[in-house]
Amino acid sequence: MIGERTRIALLLAPALAVILVLFGGGLYAALLQSLGYFPAIGMTEPGLDAYRAVLTSPDFLNSLALTVYVAGASTAISTVLAVLLALALRRAPGRISTALFQLPVTVPHLVAAVGVALVVTQTGLGARIAAALGLIGEPADFPALLYDRYSAGIILTYVWKETPFIALIVLAALRGVASELEEVAQTLGANAWQRFWYVIFPAIYPAVVAASLVVFAFTFGAFEIPFLLGQDYPTMLPVTAYREYRSIDLSARPAAMAINVILALLTALFAAAYLRLSRELRRG
Amino acid sequence: MDKRNRSAGIALALAAVLVTTPLLPLALWSFAGEWRFPDLLPASWSLRGWEALLAPGSRFTEAVLNSLVIAAAVTAAAVVIGLPAGMALGTHDFRLKGVVIFIILLPILVPPLASTMGIHLTFIRLGLADTMFGVFLVHLVPTVPYTAIILTSVFAERTGELEEAARTLGAGPWQAFWHVTLPQVAPGVAVAGLFAFLISWSQYILTVLIGGGTVITLPMLLFSAASGTDPVITSTLAVVFALPAVVALLLALRYLNPGNERGFLGVGKVS
Repeated sequence: MIGERTRIALLLAPALAVILVLFGGGLYAALLQSLGYFPAIGMTEPGLDAYRAVLTSPDFLNSLALTVYVAGASTAISTVLAVLLALALRRAPGRISTALFQLPVTVPHLVAAVGVALVVTQTGLGARIAAALGLIGEPADFPALLYDRYSAGIILTYVWKETPFIALIVLAALRGVASELEEVAQTLGANAWQRFWYVIFPAIYPAVVAASLVVFAFTFGAFEIPFLLGQDYPTMLPVTAYREYRSIDLSARPAAMAINVILALLTALFAAAYLRLSRELRRG
Repeated sequence: MDKRNRSAGIALALAAVLVTTPLLPLALWSFAGEWRFPDLLPASWSLRGWEALLAPGSRFTEAVLNSLVIAAAVTAAAVVIGLPAGMALGTHDFRLKGVVIFIILLPILVPPLASTMGIHLTFIRLGLADTMFGVFLVHLVPTVPYTAIILTSVFAERTGELEEAARTLGAGPWQAFWHVTLPQVAPGVAVAGLFAFLISWSQYILTVLIGGGTVITLPMLLFSAASGTDPVITSTLAVVFALPAVVALLLALRYLNPGNERGFLGVGKVS
């Protein structure tokens, strides 16, 4: 008979091996290359040059600012919309609203991006409806929402994908404790606003924050949508890292890897915050 | 119908419009013939997009097959790897459990793009770059965490009493696992497998980095079409690309009980 601890270790070994070797090993290799340790092109003197260059370059700072803006705006809009939708839908038939919300959650991001692009492009569905209503005469009258400086196309795609994700989590929280407490508050004479602010909001708040954190971390580090719908300059961090990586100039690689390491550190921080929060959630 | 029900009905209709708005033009364009601005509907219908995908010289069939083979292999591996981990985390308490969960969660929130760029050079040296097997390996990074976490919650909901009864009746540990545990967790395993399949099917950048343009998958065709100017081809590819998600959703709604409603959460976080 093998001991309990050995058993647990053996059960965990395959999953941990995959993550430590393929993911951890990859991040470690990225760290080495960011430090300029890159024997393949004759760089064997480790140093912090790439970080110094990246952190002082306006290109990186613009990219970081854009990333914070897009992730922040997408998360804020999705969160507010999700809470409003969940509040409005909590008495609708559960199965229908769940099925409806799961569609955007399940459809690949790339499909969402192409669909949103076909709605908001200047000859798209939105422009056609605007024309039918007499609001615009020709496509050029419709605002440019793709590849634009406000990243409208990216944010809209994320809002479409992530709002239902947060709404499903909020709906689950609303159908739990919140609905019972609300009835109690109602019998005690609390008005609608009081019920929301003192009963419902505190009950759903931890779930809302946890879900928003996941969305923020994801939109911060995701590649596909900003690569497809983003402007040429500045680009979001993952796109910037990829472009540096793909640069013909091999000496740009340490910079690409430095951006990757910074991206990994920041998102790991979000992951730690999320884990802490969800542990507190479970403790109640 | 009281006032509350009516407002819930209006909210539901609004949500339905918002959800379907970006999907509608995809469905219409994929069958559109002539559709000029500012017409609200195509003036004529055609199968041009579908014919183009199946025309000789099109890499559509190759891409779909590659996507399917990779996703199927990734699904099988991610379930086989994630199942024991879920069992350990769901049924045991041990020191460092928090650390293990953190490590398993990391690739869900830290973009695997960063680690994949880092590992690319090693894959080139090992001859894994530009191969299906290399692509399969990097697809394990975003999928194994999900199967492990989903199966952890599946095992955490069980008490283990049935296994104990089986053991008391003389079953060995493997017999108890095969005949008692596995049939009981089968729905959870199916959800985890669907997850892994959809995540792998949706991967774009990991495949591009490691496949190096040699391993062509469906999202790569969709990406290059979307960067072009033909909405018919783009939409047709997008419809095919969205198909597994829609089928999975219908299956989940049909076969999973309402308690499992949240089982699908999070696919959007990785695709």
